Amino acid sequence: MAKSQTRSNMRFGSLEFILGAGLVALIALTVLFSDVLFPGMAGEINLTARLLPPFQEAGHIFGTDALGRDVLARVAAGGWISLQVGFVSVLGSVVIGVTMGLIAGYYRGIWDIIVMRFADVQLALPFILLAITFIAILGGSLRNTIILLIVSQWVQYARLVRGLVLSLRDREFILSARAIGVADRNIILSHLLPNLMGPIVVLMTLNVANNILLESSLTFLGLGVDPSIPSWGGMLAEGRTYLQTAWWVSVFPGLAILLTVLGLNLLGDWLRDSLDPTGRVGR
Amino acid sequence: MVGFLIKRLLQAVFVVVAVTLIVAFAIRMTGDPALMLTAGSSNVTEADLLRIREGLGLNQPFYVQYLQSLSGLFTLDFGRSFMGGTPVSQLIAGALPATLMLAFASMAVSILLSIPLGIHAAVSQGRWPDQMIRILSLVGLSFPNFWLATMLVLLFSITLRWLPPSGMNGFATFIMPAVTMGIILTATNVRLVRTSMLETLQAQYITVARAKGLSESKVLYKHALRNCAIPLVTFLGLQFGGLLGGIVVVERVFNWPGMGSLAFDAVASRDYPVLQAVIMILSLMIVAVNLLVDVAYGLIDPRIRTE
Repeated sequence: MAKSQTRSNMRFGSLEFILGAGLVALIALTVLFSDVLFPGMAGEINLTARLLPPFQEAGHIFGTDALGRDVLARVAAGGWISLQVGFVSVLGSVVIGVTMGLIAGYYRGIWDIIVMRFADVQLALPFILLAITFIAILGGSLRNTIILLIVSQWVQYARLVRGLVLSLRDREFILSARAIGVADRNIILSHLLPNLMGPIVVLMTLNVANNILLESSLTFLGLGVDPSIPSWGGMLAEGRTYLQTAWWVSVFPGLAILLTVLGLNLLGDWLRDSLDPTGRVGR
Repeated sequence: MVGFLIKRLLQAVFVVVAVTLIVAFAIRMTGDPALMLTAGSSNVTEADLLRIREGLGLNQPFYVQYLQSLSGLFTLDFGRSFMGGTPVSQLIAGALPATLMLAFASMAVSILLSIPLGIHAAVSQGRWPDQMIRILSLVGLSFPNFWLATMLVLLFSITLRWLPPSGMNGFATFIMPAVTMGIILTATNVRLVRTSMLETLQAQYITVARAKGLSESKVLYKHALRNCAIPLVTFLGLQFGGLLGGIVVVERVFNWPGMGSLAFDAVASRDYPVLQAVIMILSLMIVAVNLLVDVAYGLIDPRIRTE
């Protein structure tokens, strides 16, 4: 029943879906095939072609940066970091958060207390503050950025899943499954979990977008990914030095972040309307 | 009500203890400040190191040091900066007002933008102004705050030369930082105003107000808006943590002399007493605001207390 209902709500013709999926597909493909589209250009230094303005030379549509590297090629290559951070951190948070949420909601007791108190702490320590503290100690890197995102975000999934499980655990289909002696593990995995997928997927989509924003801020501040690797936040940090003379170095990487995150947010919004009509996933 | 208050208060105390423990522990993991302080100079003897450790109170066990830093929250004594020995409280006293003023200015911008936009969207539900506002709010939500700030500088300082690009020096310098964070907050608030407005407009007293022949603007802005104020204020309270996190980043773009700049300088120079104090104070403020919102909400709406 749940399946047919989900399908009928999916309006693939809606503007939100077309725009969102289009943007995400365009950017993901450009980033994944950046090596093919711009072979070796992202790192190619050419000091005779420094800070070329955009739309003037066919070889450098978005212009070049302070070392004469092609901005378009670097934007395409830099997206790899953003996509990696976005997807890996969300997958990690989901695995930990959903497991903890299921346990907390189903068994209550000490697990429930642990999850809820973690949620309180997470609310009081915004990601950027947590990141400043720990990056100062551990040093900035791709791995540390992902770990910090997971540490600060798994609770969101745990809290969401816990709430949903609490509202489901006394429903007839769960009670009858328990009455006929289905093992807890099977109740959780095959009766509860499928009913939670909608809100979880919505939250995941919105968090991929959000984490791409957080990673770029961290890297912009010099606390994230190694500046020698091309990344959108890192390019924006470099571009700030040349803002007076070369606006394009700061404009295009930022536009790439904006469009990627917008595409994901459009998809998330559309998914929420389709899969989570009661709006359990707040902003 | 008393039970609810006590419960919320205990939760808040727990959070403060947990957050401060995490921060203090993390900062202790960094290594020996005595070695860092003397890193540049030659002929440092073991006795010198011992004296420095004693001076910083580092020879005491972790729990004593932790309790000392915790008591700093009450006595406002957070020790001295590693850089130049200025009392940390003095640095905070300079930076905290700058950050708070920016936070309130951003909230003011967001209220001024999100109320008319949200009401307009609700009134034209489903038609093109509503759709436009919905899309604009999604775009606003997708902006990296530091990039929005950079683009404002590019437009208003470098190209048009209307506004100063950085620093905190009079009203003009407040505009761009407050507008940056204001726009980001508006992106979420406008949806909240729209939703609660749509709910309110269904109420009978709105029909009565209209039937009395009140003008539409009076119905919307006097009668309906009052009902939306409670969820909006609550939401602004809950956003406070995110707002501070955002401001910390945006301060960097505008060279704003606030807590964010203080924290980043402290990271760069490994000035841990300053870093620890900044993080602890900001988290404490977030806990306090959340507690306040919770309690206020419990007072207004008894259903919350029983949850």
